[in-house]
Amino acid sequence: MPSMTGSRPAAAVQPPVPHPSARLVGAAAGNLAEHRARSGPIPWRGGPGQLVALVERAGLSGRGGAGFPTWRKLTAVASGSRPVVVANAAEGEPASAKDATLLTRAPHLVLDGLQLAAEAVDAADVYLYVKAGPAEASARRALAERRREGWDRYRVRVHQAPPGFISGEESAVISSLEGRPALPRFKERLVVESGVRGRPTLVQNVETLAHVALLARYGHSWFRQAGTPAEPGTFLATISGAVHAPGVVEAPYGLPLRDLLDAAGGPSTPLSAVLVGGYHGAWLPAEAGLDAPYSREGLAPWAATPGAGVVIALPAGTCGLGFSARIAGYLAGQSARQCGPCVNGLPAMADVLTRLARGRRDPSLVPAVQRLTGLVSRRGVCHHPDGTARMVTSALRVFEADVRAHLSGTCLAAPIGKAV
Amino acid sequence: MTTSTGTGRPTRRALRLRVDWTACEGRGMCIELLPELLDTDPWGYPRARDGSGDPEVPVQLAEHARRAVDACPRLALRLHRS
Repeated sequence: MPSMTGSRPAAAVQPPVPHPSARLVGAAAGNLAEHRARSGPIPWRGGPGQLVALVERAGLSGRGGAGFPTWRKLTAVASGSRPVVVANAAEGEPASAKDATLLTRAPHLVLDGLQLAAEAVDAADVYLYVKAGPAEASARRALAERRREGWDRYRVRVHQAPPGFISGEESAVISSLEGRPALPRFKERLVVESGVRGRPTLVQNVETLAHVALLARYGHSWFRQAGTPAEPGTFLATISGAVHAPGVVEAPYGLPLRDLLDAAGGPSTPLSAVLVGGYHGAWLPAEAGLDAPYSREGLAPWAATPGAGVVIALPAGTCGLGFSARIAGYLAGQSARQCGPCVNGLPAMADVLTRLARGRRDPSLVPAVQRLTGLVSRRGVCHHPDGTARMVTSALRVFEADVRAHLSGTCLAAPIGKAV
Repeated sequence: MTTSTGTGRPTRRALRLRVDWTACEGRGMCIELLPELLDTDPWGYPRARDGSGDPEVPVQLAEHARRAVDACPRLALRLHRS
């Protein structure tokens, strides 16, 4: 499996068409001259709306986590007046590095996709919303090159995304672009209808845009050469934890989780479980879960989704309950502190889970966690409480044997309480 | 768009109650005015009795729901069709 973080192939290798399973990696170019040689100019579609049919035939879905069909968003935004297009590289998830890596290694693919999306909806304003660091620096360098060469038709404004887990949430992005704190807000209407200053707004993850740039060049049939019929194409995964070569790799949807871990060097020690989809994701037990195809359908039995491709391998010697309690504590601290159930419920949930992880032998702790996950779900303006509840619920299920062990004063992974 | 109520008659989309959680401070007016639909959570915030995020408002409670929307001192309650 090709790695995005490893050494890049020599510039002399210029495949006319990127390999179906290593497309983003294969087309990555650090500067505009290299990008031009490898991928050619932007394949303008000649007017608004032309891209939508192509994206629909390709079956491209959003790579930011929700997996929403891209063509639907394009269609909704294109029908409005003076739309705004935003490339989202806030990447607030601590265990994700793929957006920053992509912008560092292949900024021009992302920016070409942004131009094509802007053309497709006839955008009046175009933004790149990106967190501070190498990704922003790379994007600014790339935009300067493009200005010099007259590469773009739409002017792109770079807007720095504030740090924080939720600053990339769609309505938080809108708030930030309007000059307010990057906090989620109550949506009277959909963002595609009423986003930045009430205008129809397309917020698209940067990886999605890079796929658009390739799809427009090589077509929907090429796009579907990798992945599954329901989820075509490749995705970038950020693999961390107990693997030999943690980092960002590109893989086709449907690849078994085991093979995905192998793309990151394989497990460095026996694993007990894998967290799929990041801190808002769900656990898969290593024994039964490693054969699961990395796809919506393949991960469904564990209530997991592909999300933004974040995978964390948990070594058998680390307590899964303790690890989950730490994540829950972090997520409680990342609450925007706007919605009562989230402000109150997330710290309480993290606290009860921590007590369980530390070996408090109180059987009422498990129903207490379950009650709290029910109390926060669907009761906020964003999905932060829901995502946190999903991860915690899945921890109780997948580490059920360890829950029983903890309640009887032992831990299956480590000396009790040591992992917390 | 229409949905069926099971009586065979097509109806308009369901009326639902939505809370703007960024505005709600748990003053409790809505819970008093709509006890059929809302309960209080451990922190004083309204909670739908059916466990949903935005509970459906039956026709016979629509007027009470409108009153609850108007009574919210934080203007945090909305009625919408979906």
